[in-house]
Amino acid sequence: MSTLSTLLGLRTRRALPAVPKVRTGPGLPVRAGVGLKPEHFRDVLETRPDVGFFEMHAENYMVDGGPFHHFLGRIREHYPLSLHGVGLSIGAEGPLDEAHLDRLDALIRRYRPASFSEHLAWSSHGEVFFNDLLPVPYDRATLDRVCEHVDRVHERLGCQMLLENPSTYLEFEASTMDEAAFLTEVIRRTGCGLLLDVNNVYVSCTNHGRNALATIDGLPLDAVGEIHLAGFATDHDAAGTALLIDSHGSPVDEAVWGLYAAVLARIGPTPTLLERDNDVPTLATLLAEAQRAEDLLPAPAESKRCGIYWGCS
Amino acid sequence: MTQATFAATLLRPDLPCPAGLRAWNGSDPGARLAVYRNNVVSSLIDAVADTFPVTQELVGEEFFRAMASVFVRQHPPRSRVLAHYGAEFADFVAGFEPARAVPYLADVARLERARVFAYHAADAEPLTAKRLGAAMSSGQDLCALQLVCQPSTSVVVSEYAIVSLWAAHQGDSDLSALDPALPESALVVRPGLDVLVLRLPPGAARFVIALQAGAGLANAAVLAAGEAADFDLPNVLALLMGHGALITAQFPGSLSQ
Repeated sequence: MSTLSTLLGLRTRRALPAVPKVRTGPGLPVRAGVGLKPEHFRDVLETRPDVGFFEMHAENYMVDGGPFHHFLGRIREHYPLSLHGVGLSIGAEGPLDEAHLDRLDALIRRYRPASFSEHLAWSSHGEVFFNDLLPVPYDRATLDRVCEHVDRVHERLGCQMLLENPSTYLEFEASTMDEAAFLTEVIRRTGCGLLLDVNNVYVSCTNHGRNALATIDGLPLDAVGEIHLAGFATDHDAAGTALLIDSHGSPVDEAVWGLYAAVLARIGPTPTLLERDNDVPTLATLLAEAQRAEDLLPAPAESKRCGIYWGCS
Repeated sequence: MTQATFAATLLRPDLPCPAGLRAWNGSDPGARLAVYRNNVVSSLIDAVADTFPVTQELVGEEFFRAMASVFVRQHPPRSRVLAHYGAEFADFVAGFEPARAVPYLADVARLERARVFAYHAADAEPLTAKRLGAAMSSGQDLCALQLVCQPSTSVVVSEYAIVSLWAAHQGDSDLSALDPALPESALVVRPGLDVLVLRLPPGAARFVIALQAGAGLANAAVLAAGEAADFDLPNVLALLMGHGALITAQFPGSLSQ
């Protein structure tokens, strides 16, 4: 992970740059959370399950009114929220969409989430939104651009963001560093945190013939503010080699659970989200899966809130 | 390779895999690019299918997804907020030659799009009978009274029985007893948490459209009566009030309710 820093003649462990602490907060509780799905709104409010937090996709709530806001507002009264963006397009070649930042800012003001996160990916080009997390080459020009964009997010939203490592299916000939080195530099230069998606690490490493644990050890683990766990689907590439798809449509794979335990052994208890966006099961099923993650974390009474990062509360 | 090049290939399966992409095992990167192409198109088709479930039921899933795959390539989203996606779908369906055999399909799609619009529209408290009464007895010229509809309001005018067709697919009535050739107009509005789909009586569609354009009570009623001789103003006002479709009664130049 120090490859690029060495090239640039920099020390690998520099103090994180100051991020504006306009909205300091406690961050996410060190517990397991689940993704908030509209089909579970009523169930959540009626059963009030003992779960650490709910994470919602920011773009789903960028509407004027209606049931989404009604239910989210009521759920927020009982649970911490993690605001997870899927449309900011931080990896885009063009500038960030300021109107979209305004919408994120409005959501943060309204719901005071404990965390805001986005992806190392792009999803828009020109006026077109592709509704997918598209890959970027890991080169110097992309690094500079992503850092500028993360800086702008910090400046505009006044809180530290977590940047999520992506699932990718392709590599670019233009890449001059690996993903871990790239993320390490973004985090060092911008002071953002890392949303470590353990499923994405497993998917990408399988898809690119890399060792998942070695990749994790190459990441700046002291910057992890949240972990994501999800399920993948298995396809095959043109050579018949397994190609894993980040589908969020099935339970977490045993291999990913194993990797998750290895991560916790390295960094200690960390807020963990169970993601499910397709073939969404009952809330009870999601909660049971979250409980498996929670069992690997200390009991709620012993847990402390993640003290390293401040969120957007 | 620029993102413009990558982006161009996503919605164009006929374009070759651009140079500059690779796979660790030396396999054809085109097969891996296909994952992104499929993710983009299938997720957008899913989004369209979520918004237009009855339209899908009317033609079957296979036909619908084939039609939607043409639509998403011609009209990819221009907003990062997918709740707004699909505004052009009904017009697309109207011009989609293979769907000609189902002439009411586009209007049912219009109704479904209006429902999603209403679902996410701004909230507003319905006008109370007390406030309406106060405005009507204020001594000002009733002809000029402006009735403001819910922000969620849409009117869908059709030559076909779109409300009955839509309702039949909610299990509310018998599809076989339905004559799709009877003209119906729909009022779609959300006064609380639930979106309502109401069949409008004669002239009422014109009346509500006029109210939405800012017409006063008299002008809106004259327009409606000009279209339907049996336009029944008290009945239509009762319908709109009874379903919470109005939010404000005001006179031009005043802020009163």
